[in-house]
Amino acid sequence: MSEVFHHRFPTYDVLDKWDSPSWNDQTRAVVKKRLEDVPERRFLTEGEWEILTAICDRLIPQPDRGNRPVPIVPFIDEKLHKNQGDGYRYDGMPPMREAWRQGIKAIDEEARTRWGGGFRDLPHNQQEAVLRAIQHNDTRSEVWQGLPPKQFFSSLLLRTTVSVYYAHPAAWSEIGFGGPASPRGYVRLGFDRRDSWEAEERHDG
Amino acid sequence: MTDSPRAKDGRAPDVFRRGGWVPMRCYKDEDEVDFAIVGTGAGGGTLACKLAEAGFSVVAFDAGPFWRPLEDFASDEYEQRKLFWLGERIVGGENPVQLGDNNSGQSVGGSTVHFQMVSLRIGPDRFKARSRLGYAVDWPVEPEEMWHYYDLTEDALKIAGPVDYPWGPPRRRYPYRQHEMNAAALVLARGCEALGIKWAATPLATISAPRGKSHPCVYRGFCKFGCSTNAKQSALVTWIPNAIKAGAEIRDLAMVGRIEVGRNGRVTSLHYHREGEWRRQRAKNIVVGGYAIETPRLLLNSACPQFPDGLANSSGLVGKFFMVQSNHAVYGTFDEEIRWYKAPPSLAVTEHWNYTQTGKDFPGGYAYMSQGPLAVEWADTMTGQRGLWGMELRNEMAKYNHQAGLKIVGEVLPQEKNRVELADQTDELGLRIPRVVFSYGEEDKKLYQHAIRFMSAALEAAGGKDIWSAEDTAHLGGTCRMGTDPKASVTNADGRCWDIPNLWICDGSLFPTVAGVNPSLTIQALAWRAGDRIRELARRGEL
Repeated sequence: MSEVFHHRFPTYDVLDKWDSPSWNDQTRAVVKKRLEDVPERRFLTEGEWEILTAICDRLIPQPDRGNRPVPIVPFIDEKLHKNQGDGYRYDGMPPMREAWRQGIKAIDEEARTRWGGGFRDLPHNQQEAVLRAIQHNDTRSEVWQGLPPKQFFSSLLLRTTVSVYYAHPAAWSEIGFGGPASPRGYVRLGFDRRDSWEAEERHDG
Repeated sequence: MTDSPRAKDGRAPDVFRRGGWVPMRCYKDEDEVDFAIVGTGAGGGTLACKLAEAGFSVVAFDAGPFWRPLEDFASDEYEQRKLFWLGERIVGGENPVQLGDNNSGQSVGGSTVHFQMVSLRIGPDRFKARSRLGYAVDWPVEPEEMWHYYDLTEDALKIAGPVDYPWGPPRRRYPYRQHEMNAAALVLARGCEALGIKWAATPLATISAPRGKSHPCVYRGFCKFGCSTNAKQSALVTWIPNAIKAGAEIRDLAMVGRIEVGRNGRVTSLHYHREGEWRRQRAKNIVVGGYAIETPRLLLNSACPQFPDGLANSSGLVGKFFMVQSNHAVYGTFDEEIRWYKAPPSLAVTEHWNYTQTGKDFPGGYAYMSQGPLAVEWADTMTGQRGLWGMELRNEMAKYNHQAGLKIVGEVLPQEKNRVELADQTDELGLRIPRVVFSYGEEDKKLYQHAIRFMSAALEAAGGKDIWSAEDTAHLGGTCRMGTDPKASVTNADGRCWDIPNLWICDGSLFPTVAGVNPSLTIQALAWRAGDRIRELARRGEL
């Protein structure tokens, strides 16, 4: 799998609008907390936290960010600590907290069953192979008993990971999303129309 | 800030001023009010206003907080999850329905606080699906009457829409001018024109010119996550302030858990949880407007020796005929920059397939609209539908500004086996949680397959490349259907329960069919009608 991110908006940082009329006080408060007040570990064990970190590194690889990746696991842990669900649970799935505990353990066991080592210790390509097998319900470990692998992967693991990442201003910037826009909003709406406070796309010659 | 109720001690939040208050009449629990209403959304909020204006004493309860949008709503998808009903529900069946952000609100104003403002009418023939079109069932109200109430409701909400709407019987021009089309909407237009069908600016409940203390829409695009400028004409900024002005009391953060029945078989009071304790409000009439999951849940959770199967359930139909609307979509990549995060997400619509009967192999109808998902929503679609992750996902996400899409609101036919029932598990208040069972029928599948074929062709004709389709559902309906036969319905056309004459229902649960349009305008029109009917019944001494 390619490990290169192609920057389309290299000069755009949504945070440059912080003091502009596109941001209001309540938005600044919420985003400031997300940037500066990254939650401590409260629900997962240290071991679970480390395995999940390795998993999230494959689901959302950030080699371009060096040692300053967008934090993901802390916000998953916070969600689990507060037991904040999504409003529904599939018939046959354990309650959210149990599902995560079992799922993390099962992914690690799946890695051992297939490759003879814990998930964290595998090279990237083998980690990806484990995750892809789980995504397709092709599992060998006994630890999945009572937890549908594909359902866990899609509806909890991947969905939550990706929601946390794309809720971060760095992710807004990299896709050219306008981000917060109150009270100013936008004026130019048509094809190829851009307000001066929107991301400018790089057009390679 | 919203852990404790705001609407109490003679005042309620002023939704138009930061930190502001308005005076509010308050009742005691032991006062026997004329109407206690459960839920303050499109159904309950509208009815609370109408009944208070008619001179009844009204207390309306909502499980959610009473927001001041100007100070409480951030431009942030994650934070604004606070608008959704996130209490756990079990989903099952062959096509389990994703709940939460998609279709359930928990705020004063209900789901209208986060709806996308699409305000379409159900076509006259669709109200008589059985007798005129040969499928499903008829509504017990006449289309002409519903269309009269649509006129009133559209004017009350100052719907912004076209001068000439291309489908259905002639109607007046919309009260406010239509909004400017964004590129995502122009993609829909191109596709329709290429395939030879009509399109229009979507009639929307967000104002295109100043109204009172609301400014025109600034096209910030966060509609689904709460409008922080009050351009959106939600129940929170329309019916609720007017209800309070007319003497209604709104109780926020008040979860109703049980309705009590007296020895005479009439309801006498409701039990609600507020500020850490269970309390009991007496009432001459109780209206349930909790939408198609919470309404049957409350009726079933109120089972008592007189009504062991739940209230209003002699037909056995409480919770049955649960419906969603199919919400399938096609997406493609365009050479042009679309930047679909700007402006209301569904600015353009075609109702062609609601009004034609030729060229289709299914009885229902559908509308389709342009789309504008924000970052997290779009990522959720990419992962949920295409299973993308890793660097592939990040690079696909980076094409965000070149994407456009078309999405249906498709009619799902009523099936008795689709249902809301009680699970064994209880919530933090000790109330049994709902289990929602749903499977598409054959006609439903034909409808969305047709839509995907047609919209794919439209998107391609508009210049889209790499087209793919996605499945989803939107909106809820049924579960306490109204009708003309007490054995085959839960209420009559007024929402009055057949079994208990002082128990009423006022929300999308009443819908015998959902048609192919967003339900909010119809729920409000129906609530307005119920308000008029109740006033008339009271005048005749028939309450």
